[in-house]
Amino acid sequence: MKFRVSNGTFGYRKDSLLFEDINLTIEDGEILTILGANGVGKTTLLKCMMGFLKWHKGETLINEKSFNSFKSVDVWKRISYVPQAKITVFPYSVIEMVLMGRNPHMSFFSMPKQEDIEKSKSVMEELNILKLENKVVSELSGGELQMVLMARALVSEPEVLILDEPESNLDIKNQLIVLDVIQKMSKQKNITCIINTHYPEHALRISDKTLIFSYGNNYIYGKTSEIVNESNIKRFYEVESKILEYTQNKTNFKTILPLRITDKVV
Amino acid sequence: MEKTRQRNNKMWILILLPIILLIVSLCLGRYSVSPSVAFSIVLSRIFPIKATWESIQELIILKVRLPRIIIASIVGAGLSVSGTAYQAIFGNPLVSPHVLGVSAGAGFGAALGILLSANMFVVQMMALAFGILAVIITYAISKQKKGSALFMLVLSGVITGAFFTALISLIKYVADPDDKLPEIVYWLMGSLNGVSTKDLIFGIPLIIIGIVIIVVLRWKINILSLSEEEAKSLGIDVNKYRLIIIIVTTIITATSVSLCGIVGWIGLIIPHVGRMIVGNDHKILIPATIFLGAFYMLLIDNVARIATAAEIPLSILTAVIGAPFFAYLLRKTGGRWS
Repeated sequence: MKFRVSNGTFGYRKDSLLFEDINLTIEDGEILTILGANGVGKTTLLKCMMGFLKWHKGETLINEKSFNSFKSVDVWKRISYVPQAKITVFPYSVIEMVLMGRNPHMSFFSMPKQEDIEKSKSVMEELNILKLENKVVSELSGGELQMVLMARALVSEPEVLILDEPESNLDIKNQLIVLDVIQKMSKQKNITCIINTHYPEHALRISDKTLIFSYGNNYIYGKTSEIVNESNIKRFYEVESKILEYTQNKTNFKTILPLRITDKVV
Repeated sequence: MEKTRQRNNKMWILILLPIILLIVSLCLGRYSVSPSVAFSIVLSRIFPIKATWESIQELIILKVRLPRIIIASIVGAGLSVSGTAYQAIFGNPLVSPHVLGVSAGAGFGAALGILLSANMFVVQMMALAFGILAVIITYAISKQKKGSALFMLVLSGVITGAFFTALISLIKYVADPDDKLPEIVYWLMGSLNGVSTKDLIFGIPLIIIGIVIIVVLRWKINILSLSEEEAKSLGIDVNKYRLIIIIVTTIITATSVSLCGIVGWIGLIIPHVGRMIVGNDHKILIPATIFLGAFYMLLIDNVARIATAAEIPLSILTAVIGAPFFAYLLRKTGGRWS
């Protein structure tokens, strides 16, 4: 599914815009990463894209049709959202939580059927969390909770997956698990993925396109390989860095070695 | 599998408890009636059983105890279900059905009714009307362009509640202290004394319809308890469902208050007791709170009418019995509701 933002403009106050005239296009099965320092409005940008906040100007388009022209329930059959992981007020069991993801396919009064339970279990199996089925979410580790939220998003069989910092607060193994799942979904199921992340090297690892922005609606967007480079990291993060490469079994890995904070800040 | 079976067993116990208590309650009271007689009297209304009992017994069972017992169970169930639904949609375990000011409004309506008229039906109608009016006012205050933010609703509820509580005080202040004032005070503390078959016909259908609607929506309540954006992204029309639940709960609570005054606590603690027994999944929790609520209210009402010669107001008992029990549960589970 083609997901496009045209001239997206938003600010919580009219006189100070967070971003202005953002344009981006993501095709079937592509991965877009959104980078930016703490507090520049990455989550806000996602919320605008999904219609939780109203663009001041511009719009989101799904297959070139305006987002607002779709009925809300039809949108959420095709788009799934993975919010930043936090424990719910009333902790449900893992299977109950994942089942909620089937809701876009259910009518106003209906309840999950056997088919929904089976679909939930097969997604949990795929993400290797079926063993957690009857655990209560408040007992899970951060990595497990993130996988449960991803299972809930995937169980509605979406065409677009939007994730808000899915790998924050996770150890490196769990970060890789999350990134691998995202990559697998985009490759195997052709799901379009949009990810907010704090880690430019994760952008290098999995994404096709990248948007970086900072305060004062200053942004760049393009192919990840062209956008995530030493000079842009200096420009947007105010950090001097070196990008290092390593090749193993014909796979090229890149990492970003931060050297120091640029002078003008210190 | 093991877990489902365990849950089914718990459910059966929860269903049986109020039914057993219902039968026991028929025999309890100042005028003793043996269980077999009580049972035959009730059955004689359905099957042709030859009367072997005194007519006074029949009168007490059918006209006094049975309506009261039925109303107690249904009101208990209604308040508990409302509390459970509210705690979920407000995402706050401290919320009770009274949070949007319905009870203060209904209480004011009733107090005004008692002040102006002696007719019980007028009092009930005014309670119902003002209860609903109070929630409409709350909703209007909180209303923004698109739906209502939860904290706005809760704060508006506090405002409306405070306003009507002040009006209740005003009515108490001007009421005749020998005649109307005790009646108002007694009524506000809640009692099922004096409910009749007529109340059964007026109030019960309203509460039952409300309960059925929440039962039908019970699985969706799981999703509504998540953050608003999460719920929306799961394809739920949050504002529509919230409004339905608020309307339904308001009708249940206002009707309950009009039948038996303001009964506190039950809508707050029964949901938590339910959570401790069956967990948080509202698909099971909602039915569980129906039976628990009915059971608890029946129990309380039995104590109210039997413990002393004069009836003890319900609100006193729900708290006096409920608070220590809740404290015990809280200590035992460490506040982890599952």
